[in-house]
Amino acid sequence: MTDRVAVIDHSALVELVGLLHAEGYVVVGPTLRENAIVLAELDDGDDLVSGWGVDTEAGRYRVVRRADDAVFAHSAGPQSWKSFLHPARRRLLSTDTSDGDLTVEPEPEPSRRMAFLGVRPCDLVAIGVLDRVLAGGRYPDPGYTARRDGVLVIVANCTEPGATCFCVSMGGGPRAPAGFDLALTERVDDAGHRFLVEVGSAAGEELLAALPHRAATDADLRVADDDLADAAEHMGRAMPEVDLRALLVDSRESPHWAEVASRCLACGNCTMVCPTCFCTTTEEVTDLTGEHGERWQRWSSCFDLDFSYLHGGEVRTSRQSRYRQWMTHKLSTWYDQFGSSGCVGCGRCIVWCPVGIDITEEAASLTALASREVGT
Amino acid sequence: MAERSTPTLAVWKFTSCDGCQLTLLDCEEDLLALTGQVEIRHFLEASSRADPGPYDVSLVEGSITTAEQERLIRQVREWSRVLVTIGACATAGGVQALRNFADVEEFRSVVYATPSYVDTLATSTPIAAHVRVDYELRGCPIDRRQLVAVLSAFLAGREPDLPDDSVCTECKRRGNTCVMVADGTPCLGPVTHAGCGALCPTYRRGCYGCFGPVRAPNTRSLIRQLRVCGMGDAELDRVFHTFNAAAPGFASARGETDEPSQ
Ligand code: SF4
Ligand code: SF4
Ligand code: SF4
Repeated sequence: MTDRVAVIDHSALVELVGLLHAEGYVVVGPTLRENAIVLAELDDGDDLVSGWGVDTEAGRYRVVRRADDAVFAHSAGPQSWKSFLHPARRRLLSTDTSDGDLTVEPEPEPSRRMAFLGVRPCDLVAIGVLDRVLAGGRYPDPGYTARRDGVLVIVANCTEPGATCFCVSMGGGPRAPAGFDLALTERVDDAGHRFLVEVGSAAGEELLAALPHRAATDADLRVADDDLADAAEHMGRAMPEVDLRALLVDSRESPHWAEVASRCLACGNCTMVCPTCFCTTTEEVTDLTGEHGERWQRWSSCFDLDFSYLHGGEVRTSRQSRYRQWMTHKLSTWYDQFGSSGCVGCGRCIVWCPVGIDITEEAASLTALASREVGT
Repeated sequence: MAERSTPTLAVWKFTSCDGCQLTLLDCEEDLLALTGQVEIRHFLEASSRADPGPYDVSLVEGSITTAEQERLIRQVREWSRVLVTIGACATAGGVQALRNFADVEEFRSVVYATPSYVDTLATSTPIAAHVRVDYELRGCPIDRRQLVAVLSAFLAGREPDLPDDSVCTECKRRGNTCVMVADGTPCLGPVTHAGCGALCPTYRRGCYGCFGPVRAPNTRSLIRQLRVCGMGDAELDRVFHTFNAAAPGFASARGETDEPSQ
């Protein structure tokens, strides 16, 4: 029996990656690639980013060298875990008519088990949202469940939220309360570089037992509590403190949509980077002989004109109708459909919008306009 | 499969550099497979064979810049069941459409030793300005995969998949890190029609819009950001006014490039 809470050092974290590989996991975690900290398959523990942070603002992201070796001192990068659970492109089936008869081969789902290393609390909430959307209900998506089942989750609590983070506004926070196998809280100070480890499952407990660790002291716990309480006080962004669900419904005819549309490019970047946006479309592929065919699924976006194509034409032709659809779905109609908010406050849509459109600012503008209306 | 008569294909060139036709020749193995499926009856870039129509599919490269071409394209339309324009010249008038914004007589007298030999209209116009076009393949040059995909779809009797999305959607699906947000590199991806697979951003360069505008592009807003990324008037003018200068979505950017930066 190990301790439920322990402390490991940086080298044990690196070792953890090897341990996971030895157990047959594909390990996905943050690594530095080009000018961003991205999520990617890690070949070994040294691939884990270390000593880099990020500077984020609306429409702007820069990696910055840190004075320390911190591994998790950066906020949401250009992708989310969605890329691994609900890939951007996925073959659904192949067909063949070369011997005269039509055969249809469904795409075998991957059997590799994944370990997610460094899942942010907001992203853990986002995975829960995807679970309800894609694995809940009457028709679970087998491609999703095949990837999702058996994922080992190692959370990295946030001690340094970014300038674009607002998980606290969305009911979350920089500490994941549950839903993980292990949860790490990083600390670099005069006493060294270490990670407080909380155990959340039997699998997590076994992993910890196999790593060099020591029992956590009261002081270790207090430091982590303080760091995370402090992080909650330092969100870079906040949503207006109103009922967002009602705000969006009441703002259907707001003049603000036209103003956003003057800036919005309808490029779809916000939906692609959002950890909960799940929409897809299908494409059929045949070769020139016509004997081989494939059906693919790919991410789609409510900002694409084709997205709302019905018989005779598109329904949402104006940019303002498309931006309104997106924001209203994220913050309001998602509740009607899936029983929760579709936004977890990760800030990615703010950072990766080429023109820096900020969902928290747009919500504030809608709120200001709505209260003015009430006032008159 | 039941015997069917072999579909016929024709490839036409109007005012263009031949680069898109070369893309077809560059299809190598696919081209071999294609010749097994269709009868290529007219393709002067590849063979001197020029059999008369009608044709099931015509691929049309180039823009209309002479009175003779105006007549020929109508003929081609009549001879063709399906007409596909290929490349920025055919779909938007090409780089030669810069003349639409200038004085052709002046060009003629300054550039050519014997101006009287030059037979040209005052404008370079896309094929769709003259005849009905069934499908458009954008790009300078076109994307080989898209060409094969459209021909495959035709042979299978289904609609080709040519979404009018932004290059950004392809860029994100490829898992690229945005060059504009992460590097501050100016990129036309948000207003540019998909189809290239986000080729330039994949190599950490900004998109320069060779696939032309998406429908109703918000160039005014993007230009503000391109200025933040360091583009000046001259660069802005060039980037919107090269391959697709006369495409309405980019041509209108002309009046927007002089906006003050934010
Ligand atoms: S909000 Fe930003 S990222 Fe989203 S579609 Fe508009 S311009 Fe693109
Ligand atoms: S809407 Fe924006 S902030 Fe909210 S979860 Fe999606 S990307 Fe994150
Ligand atoms: S690099 Fe260009 S094409 Fe890719 S997402 Fe950024 S703006 Fe769009």
